[in-house]
Order: sequence, then structure tokens, then C-alpha cells
Amino acid sequence: MRRLSDFLVLFAGMIALWQGLHWIEGDTVLTSPVATIARLATLMSAGPFWGHVAETGTAFAFAVAISLIGGIGIGTLLGLNRTSAIVSEPILIALYSLPKVTLYPLVLLCFGLGISAKIAFGAMHGMIPVAIFTMKAIMQIKPVYWRTAQALRLTPPQIALTMALPAVLPEVLSGARLGFSLSLLGVLIGEMFASKRGLGFLITSAMGLGDTATILAVALLISVFAIAANAGLFVLQGAVQR
Amino acid sequence: MTSAEIHAQLTGVTRVFDLPAGGKLHAMGPVDLALRRGEFFSVVGPSGCGKSTLLDVLAGLAQPTSGDVAFEGKPVAGVPDGIGIVFQEDASLPWLSVRDNVAFGLRRASTDKAETARRVDYALNFMGLRDFADAYPAQLSGGMRQRVCIARTLVLQPRLILLDEPFGALDAQTRLLMGDELLRLWRETHATVLLITHALDEAAMLSDRVGVMSARPGVFIDVVETDWPRERDSRVVSDARFGAITARLWEKLRVESLKSIGGKSVAADGGTLS
Amino acid sequence: MTREGRIRLFVVAGLVGIFEVLCRSGVIAHTVVIPPSEMARSLWQILISGAHNADIVSTFLNVLISSALAISLGFAAGLAIHALPRLRAAIEPLLASYYAVPTFMFYPIFIVVFGVNARAIIAIAVLLSIVAMIASTLTGLDRIPAVLRKTARVFRMSVPVRALLIDLPAAAPHLFTGAKLAFAYALIGVIASEFILSGQGIGYSIAYAYNNFDNREMYGLMLLVIIVAVTANAGLDAVDRRLQARLRR
Repeated sequence: MRRLSDFLVLFAGMIALWQGLHWIEGDTVLTSPVATIARLATLMSAGPFWGHVAETGTAFAFAVAISLIGGIGIGTLLGLNRTSAIVSEPILIALYSLPKVTLYPLVLLCFGLGISAKIAFGAMHGMIPVAIFTMKAIMQIKPVYWRTAQALRLTPPQIALTMALPAVLPEVLSGARLGFSLSLLGVLIGEMFASKRGLGFLITSAMGLGDTATILAVALLISVFAIAANAGLFVLQGAVQR
Repeated sequence: MTSAEIHAQLTGVTRVFDLPAGGKLHAMGPVDLALRRGEFFSVVGPSGCGKSTLLDVLAGLAQPTSGDVAFEGKPVAGVPDGIGIVFQEDASLPWLSVRDNVAFGLRRASTDKAETARRVDYALNFMGLRDFADAYPAQLSGGMRQRVCIARTLVLQPRLILLDEPFGALDAQTRLLMGDELLRLWRETHATVLLITHALDEAAMLSDRVGVMSARPGVFIDVVETDWPRERDSRVVSDARFGAITARLWEKLRVESLKSIGGKSVAADGGTLS
Repeated sequence: MTREGRIRLFVVAGLVGIFEVLCRSGVIAHTVVIPPSEMARSLWQILISGAHNADIVSTFLNVLISSALAISLGFAAGLAIHALPRLRAAIEPLLASYYAVPTFMFYPIFIVVFGVNARAIIAIAVLLSIVAMIASTLTGLDRIPAVLRKTARVFRMSVPVRALLIDLPAAAPHLFTGAKLAFAYALIGVIASEFILSGQGIGYSIAYAYNNFDNREMYGLMLLVIIVAVTANAGLDAVDRRLQARLRR
């Protein structure tokens, strides 16, 4: 109980800090918490806003799906063989820490300026951590499990479904959580850089007009979504973990 | 000695590994072993002598480089039906309850549900796990987890049970108790048991015969008959012959163990190390 | 080089080779991607001519300053949070979910506050990387084995002496991991910011080249970023693994 009250005090402190910065910097620079929420309400009551939400949402959903399926697939294939896992790991890690924004023009040249480019951005960012986590999880399956499967004379599909899958699930979910967040980041940056629709676009166009209220309002909405989704996935992960 | 039926047999079996850096590792053999049906046979030997390799080859987990492996008269290719294996490491599946762990093998073999439930309950009772049926391995001690693994093997009603240093990770007192449990298991199931262990006293008190393996490449340098009665438990340690048996085992084993850890040669009279 | 290292080199070289062939043969259109050899040549010319030296220096400085700030401020914050358990308990969920939020979307705020200049870029880069440093600092301080602290008391060390001679070396591997992550995130943050809106920098130059259909220039600069990022991160990672190996006693 004290934990919760401490957290609420901290939260209130952060809101107070926000308000304080608003008073120091002035309205044109940083809108107050109240004004931000008011702007968000205004935006959400207007039809066109939801068009942008749908654009970002659709691109994000596809990006996450591709990240998960592609990432788990690649991670599994690479992880099952010890040599391929050792060979691939540094390559995947190098791709992970590379500023993938650098590759955006290449993606745009391949996919054009539509939604498929955004999905590609998101998938680029999300697939790699999922692949890395899956691969490592498979590599780390205790060898005694493989021997037990042999000793019990399990068929390969049985080994995959009843032994390998439950053994790697917690790690894979961890990677999926990261892939989820990074896909969102990828889609948003893509929209900020080169799009005429979507929440990322709303932010950059508001920036051009010096409209901090809108920037903060949209950022707030995205933050709430991201934190809630992450918390949900975290709970899911906990339920699976033993 | 009446000629008992041969249950499993290794003839001239060797196992040679290819090393990743090139060259070969002669791990074991040539080994000849004839397991009599229903006997309790232990294998002792220094570390790295190939004891676990012996088990792998016998169970069909590994192919011998040369020689023949037979179980119940038929050549072994892959793990045959009728063999149960308990490993050294904890093989309990952490995401399943104790009951589900024990039932795991039966369910994969599509055994009838009622039959599965019956056998699982029997095994849980037998291994003293009934009160923990719904617990998860993470909540249990090392000894309990090994019991789960033994129970999982038990429900398959194996005719030959192979155990690879199953009590290695347990403290000395638990080991003694688990040894008695193993004897009880052996008597009730009428299975043949092959136990790999590095503990001489364990081998001497539990077994009908003890095979001593040399340092790598492992071959049998002695097989000791204990002539214990079938109804026995850890109290055989007070029998007069127990000391003689362990002495004989250690006499052969000490030389091999020293070879295995690269010790200096020992004087013929067993004097101090130079 | 290990066997796997050789295979890896072969795989990467093979993939680049295949890519080169596909580009040169026209299977991949020249208007989309230029062959890797062309990219390398373009990069070479850029470096020799010094046409983008100011941009390279600008990006390099921004990354260094952001990393340094994130590392020092992050370390200080980590120390403070570690010393105040109640604060730590309250703030832990925020730290854990920090990287779930696409923090980069706050960059436009900094543009409005600071204008289009280095301060905005450094601000967002620090914001992106600081939490990695804080988290690593907390882990490092947590992981100092209690027995080492007891040893310090046996030798009757004062707190500052203990902090310098025992705590710091014991926590160093984790602190270095935090620094490595801070650098990686700072690099990403700086490049991404330059892309979106900036007056100079490598990211800005790439975006500029893209908007002006100057593929050659663009790919040369992209190759530069890839080479620098991969090399720097791999180097830091190698040091990190050495330090971490020391921990596994």
C-alpha cells in the first residue's frame, strides 16, 4: 500500500514539474497539463484525427505481425543449429544497434511513399530483437531436455510443441515486448520523416506551426497506449513464467 | 551361478569422437557387458572414463563406433521401447506441475486416459510425491525433483532402467535414502537396473554386480559379485563382506583415478605418493 | 580467428557479393540502389574531398557530448536513486517501462524550445540514452557482492575510500555496459534528429541528398554511418564482454 502511495506521490510530482516548466517557459513553448488534455479531447472529437490514428494503427499492426512471425521464424531457424547461432549473433546485434533511420531512404525508394514503407520501417525495427531473443532462448534450452525427449521417444513435432515451445516462451515474450515497442518507434519515425498521414505526421506538422499543444497531446496519447500495452504484455509474460 | 537370461548386451563396443579442432577422442571401449535380466548392476570408474557414454550407447542415444548393442535379443537403433532413463541433471519440466511432469511420457505415447491416471497416481504414491502433485518443480528441492524424474520413468513400466549418477547433486544423507528407494523400486518392478555412479559405497551396497571401468578409454577391468540377498537395504554396510567389497573396488579404482587426474605413479606396496 | 568468425566473414562477404552482382546486372534498378562498390567509391570521394567534413564533425561532437552527458548524469542519478530505496521503489516501474514509449517523438518539443540547433539534438539524444545508464548503474551497485563490503569493514575503510577502491571497480563492468548502451542510443538519437529536422550533420546530409535525388551522395554517406556505427559498437561490445567475463569467477 505504501508502494502505491509513494508511486502516486512521484506521479503527482512529475505533473507538478510539468506545470512548473510550463510556468517558466510560457504557453507557446510548453502547454500546461490541463491544456494538453483539453487539446487531446478536442482532437479526439474531430473526425480527421481518427483517420490519422487508423493510418498509424494499421501500419503498426502489420509491422508487429511481421516482426513476430519473421523474428520468431528467423530466430528458430538460426537457433536450432549451434554453428549458425554463433555465426549470426554478432551480425544480428550489429543490425540491432545500427541507426536504422539511415536506411529509411532505401526503404522509401523500394516501397514508395505509401503505407507499405511504414510497415517496412516498423518491421525493420521490431524483427531484430525478436529474432535475437528467440535464437538465444533456443540455444539455451538445457541439453538434458533434448536427451529426455529422445529417451521418451518423442516425434519431432512433439518435441517442438511440448518441449521446445514452452521452454522458450518466456524469453520469446520478452523479445516480443521489445519488438512491439520498437515497431511503434519505427512506424512513428517513418511518419515524422516522410508521410502526409498518421500520428507522426501530425507531430511534425504541428512542429512546423509551433503548435506544442498538439505535439504534447498526440505524444501523451501514444505514451499512454505504449505504457498500457507494455504493462499488459508484461503481465502476460509473468503468467507464462515459472 | 545359474545361467540367467541375458537382457541387454554390449559386444566389443567402442566409441570414438571426432574433435572439432581435428583428431579423435577414444572415449570408451572395447567394452563387453552382458546384463542379466532382473539384476542390479552398477558401473563405477574415474571421471571422464566413458561411463555416461556407455549408458548413451546402451540406450540408443548414441551410435557405437564399432561393436554391437542388443536389447532383448534385438539390435539397438534409437531408444527401444522398454528402456527408461534417469539423467544426472534435473530434467523436470519447470512449466508443468509434478503430476503433469510424471504423466508427460504417457500422454505423448497416447496412452488411454484412465490408464494414465492410474499409473500416475501409483507412481506419485510410490515415490512419496502425492502431497506435491499440484506443485511446480521450482518449489521443490533437488531430491524431490529427481524423484519426479524417476516417477516419470516409472510410469512407462520399463523393463530396463538406466540411471546416470542420478543422486550426484544431492547431499550424502539424501543419497543414502534415495538408494533405499531405488532398491524398493527395483524389487517391485522386477526391472533390470544399470546404475552409473562414482560413489563406491553406493555401488557396493545397492548392486548384485559392480563393474569397474578404467581411465579413458574406458574398459572393464573388474566385475565384482556381491551376492547380497534380494531383500536388502542400506544396512548391508554393517555386513562383514561390505568392507572387503569396497576395498577390492577401491584397489582397482585408485590407480585408474590417479591416471585420470594425471597423478604420479604409486609404489607397488601402495606407499605414499612421490 | 575462430572457425565461426571465418564462416561469418564468408557469409557477410558472400551476401555483399551477391548484392553487388544483382545491382550491376540490373536486377535491382540503379535508381533504387547503387552497387556496394559504387557506394564505397562515393564514400571515398566524400572523405577525400572533405565536402562533408563540417557535417561529420558536427554529428561526431553531438554524439560525444550527448553520450558524456547521459553517462555522467545517468551515473549520478543512479547513485542517488540507489541511495534512496523508497524513491527507487516508486520510480522502478517508470524506469522499466521507459523504453516502451517512443521517446523520440518528443524531439519536436525541443525544436520549439531550443530552435533548430545542436541543443535540441543533444537534448533528445540524452533523453533517449540516460535511462539505460541509470538502469545499468543500479544493477552495478546492486551486484557488488556483500562479502566485498564486509571485507571493507574488516579493513576499516571509510565510505569514500570504500567507494573508490571497492565499489567502483566491482561495479565497473556494469557501468561500462551502461556507457556502451548510452553511446549506441545517443548515436541513434543524433542521426534520427538530423534526419527529421536539422541544419547540418550526417543525417541531415543524407536526407538532403535523398530529397535532391542525389543517390550517389546519399549511399556514400549511408555507408559511412553503417561502417562507423558497426565498428564503434563492436569495439565497445568487445571491451564490455571482457569486463563481464571478469565477473564470472
